Amino acid sequence: MTQLATAPAPAGRRIPALLPTALSRGTLEVRLFFADRESVIFTFALPVILLSVFGQVFHGGIGSTGVPFRQYFAAGIIATGIMSATFVNLGAGIAADRDSGTLKRLAGSPLRPAAYFAGKAISALVVAAAETAVLLAVGVAVLGVRLPGSPGRWLTLGWVFVLGGAACAMLGIALSSLPRSARSSTAVFSLPYLVLSFISGVYFVFSSLPAGLQQVAALFPLKWLCQGLRAAFLPGFMRSAEPAHSWELARVALVLGAWFIAGLMLCLTTFRWRERG
Amino acid sequence: MTALRPAGEAATSPVIRVRGLSKRYHQVAALNRVDLDIGRGEIFALLGPNGAGKTTAVEILEGQRHRDAGEVSVLGADPARAGRAWRARIGIVPQRAHDFAELTVHTVLRHVAGYYPVPQDPDGLIDAMGLAGRAHARLRQLSGGERRRVDIALGLLGRPELLFLDEPTTGLDPAARRQLQALIRQLAADGTTILLTTHYLGEAESLADRVAVLASGRIVATGPPAGLGGRDRATATVRWRDGAGQHVRLSTTPTQLVAQLAADTADGEVPGLTVTRPSLEDIYLDLTGPSRLGEQS
Repeated sequence: MTQLATAPAPAGRRIPALLPTALSRGTLEVRLFFADRESVIFTFALPVILLSVFGQVFHGGIGSTGVPFRQYFAAGIIATGIMSATFVNLGAGIAADRDSGTLKRLAGSPLRPAAYFAGKAISALVVAAAETAVLLAVGVAVLGVRLPGSPGRWLTLGWVFVLGGAACAMLGIALSSLPRSARSSTAVFSLPYLVLSFISGVYFVFSSLPAGLQQVAALFPLKWLCQGLRAAFLPGFMRSAEPAHSWELARVALVLGAWFIAGLMLCLTTFRWRERG
Repeated sequence: MTALRPAGEAATSPVIRVRGLSKRYHQVAALNRVDLDIGRGEIFALLGPNGAGKTTAVEILEGQRHRDAGEVSVLGADPARAGRAWRARIGIVPQRAHDFAELTVHTVLRHVAGYYPVPQDPDGLIDAMGLAGRAHARLRQLSGGERRRVDIALGLLGRPELLFLDEPTTGLDPAARRQLQALIRQLAADGTTILLTTHYLGEAESLADRVAVLASGRIVATGPPAGLGGRDRATATVRWRDGAGQHVRLSTTPTQLVAQLAADTADGEVPGLTVTRPSLEDIYLDLTGPSRLGEQS
């Protein structure tokens, strides 16, 4: 049995540095995510279930191209998986942290706020990467989805994943100040996530959607995340099925980057450590 | 113990110094020109009915809430502007928390210990809080009293110079409460300053060096609990029995009365003798009661 020190700590010692505390926060966040049954089912398992179910439903190819729609759908569902692991997971998670007293406790401790956000980012990255890996494995094993065929395509998958995930994560953090309580956070996060997934070219070929919906979807990051991933997963000639008859990778990078910066600005101006009232 | 203090902070200066602290919520004054001085190693209890402003005052001192007016110095700094090094020197036990619900006691304490420059040993703390048997239980699975002990352990983890305890023993059983009070006394004896709020007047009386009573945002009395509101000098009630039956007399000089009674008996023993002064509860209810509040408004 160890002895309790009842005298105050000697003054003037250094506060633990950012990196170890950020890693410690990140490890804790990942453990918390996978320990919470609700988040594992609705954030992590839902895209996997949707891929398995709709993958069985969707037969046939895209138009007369001979490319199976499953291949197109797999790219889209991976994009929603990334958004789910970042936007929904982070946003609802921070709202829950505000509700449970976590943020208040951290604000009263010497922990750097940057360590908290870095921990969130690490957790989002790990959860999104695990999500993507599981979706790829299920897609390949169950639906015969073909993996990206060249290093260049894997590179596209990589940067679209990172940039899209970062943009969605920032938006999630920015919107986390919106819900009054953790209970109302479902409306703030799950609703836009579901609506966007229907109009961003996941369940339907994007260019087959009404023009108005296409324009609305083009304002938000998920459409560009899907398009960037299609560049990694679909054969090159499929770019003719895109609205601009091109993958528009430069524009994908631009829009996702802009959302990242806008989200970051929103975070810096709207973030609240305390519950309202 | 002569630990080094940051420059500009004399060893004798009060740990908490508050002058004219005021805070309003909308148009309601939660705190109205509050003054406080709390010295190093002191156990100070803030008493008052629900809504009197105790939690608001404590949160301002913790740097968790902004004030509208007044001067506040805590450990030589203004809590509204103090940084991480200052926060490493305080410990906070909030009134209610349900964070970390899905993690085990041991995981949570080991994790939070990593925030502090010189943390308490998590295992020693788990033992001291009587949680050894529950170290690997998830916080969600703990009883209310066990969860309360985890919150207290989290407040102690950084080995703070100043510990804020917002109703620390609410929900604890009598044995755990007594254990915690002994720990608080030990911490104070070794130099930790303790500011606690409580509804238990007995706890304030046995634990605190000084108390302050808050009512409607004002401090209506302050001092050692034994003398609060002049209760050590207040009129005493003397009760005794003799052949004629039970006697009750109010006296401002009870010592003289008792001496007189003793002299009047054959063997110097007065049967059924008691001398009582108003209890802390009597004084407290008088200070915070509706008649008193009516006078102020």
